[in-house]
Amino acid sequence: MASGVKPRVKVPKTAAIGDVVTIKTLISHKMESGQRKDKSGNAIPRSIINRFTCDFNGENVIDVALEPSISTNPYFQFEAKVPASGEFTFTWYDDDGETYTTAKSIAAT
Amino acid sequence: MQFTRRDALIMSLGAAAASVLPVQAFAAASAEEILAEFTGGAAVGEGGLTLTAPEIAENGNTVPIAVDAPGAVSVMILATKNPSPLVVTFNFGPMAGSQSASTRIRLAGTQDVVAVAKMSDGSFVQASQAVKVTIGGCGG
Repeated sequence: MASGVKPRVKVPKTAAIGDVVTIKTLISHKMESGQRKDKSGNAIPRSIINRFTCDFNGENVIDVALEPSISTNPYFQFEAKVPASGEFTFTWYDDDGETYTTAKSIAAT
Repeated sequence: MQFTRRDALIMSLGAAAASVLPVQAFAAASAEEILAEFTGGAAVGEGGLTLTAPEIAENGNTVPIAVDAPGAVSVMILATKNPSPLVVTFNFGPMAGSQSASTRIRLAGTQDVVAVAKMSDGSFVQASQAVKVTIGGCGG
């Protein structure tokens, strides 16, 4: 289990109906690539987040497959349509089976 | 020739890079193989895809990159000389506001970063950019 995993998401609170908003996400995770070796020369086992998804009211915005070459504390920026008020849900899938979720609501006017 | 501190530093960096090389020799799957699997052997065109990456990255541990591919279904990023070349695959859903995304990646050394986009009509386009890396980012 990766310790101290904390997702952070930046979504505007309001938008005009039909607008496109920019979403920024960051999750603190060490993203151990499996390439590094410890002091005694043993490979440190891989421990990364391997998938990230963002949905708006149940419809998919983006689905990202992550590989070990993604930096520590994976950061993503992307754009989403806002046809109505609703909720963005964000899910990160860890190698160890853990999932981290967070949600942000947006009011469309 | 007199060794300055700078010379010594450069030489030690070179030695460190050389010691990393054998590790990269047994890469899991080459960039070409991954590319062929993604495209299914289809021809890959040019244009319609923008890959933004810095020309010089001081720290290979976190290199900001961005892709913009209007009309794409998914975009794959490859770092040709990384121990495992596949970096990330973005799949855009119906609610995506634009087919663009940005993230931060690790680069083991100076190399070409390649983006391949699958368009909604089933065709493929690619774009690549060379990135110079001062300090590699894959341990070793």
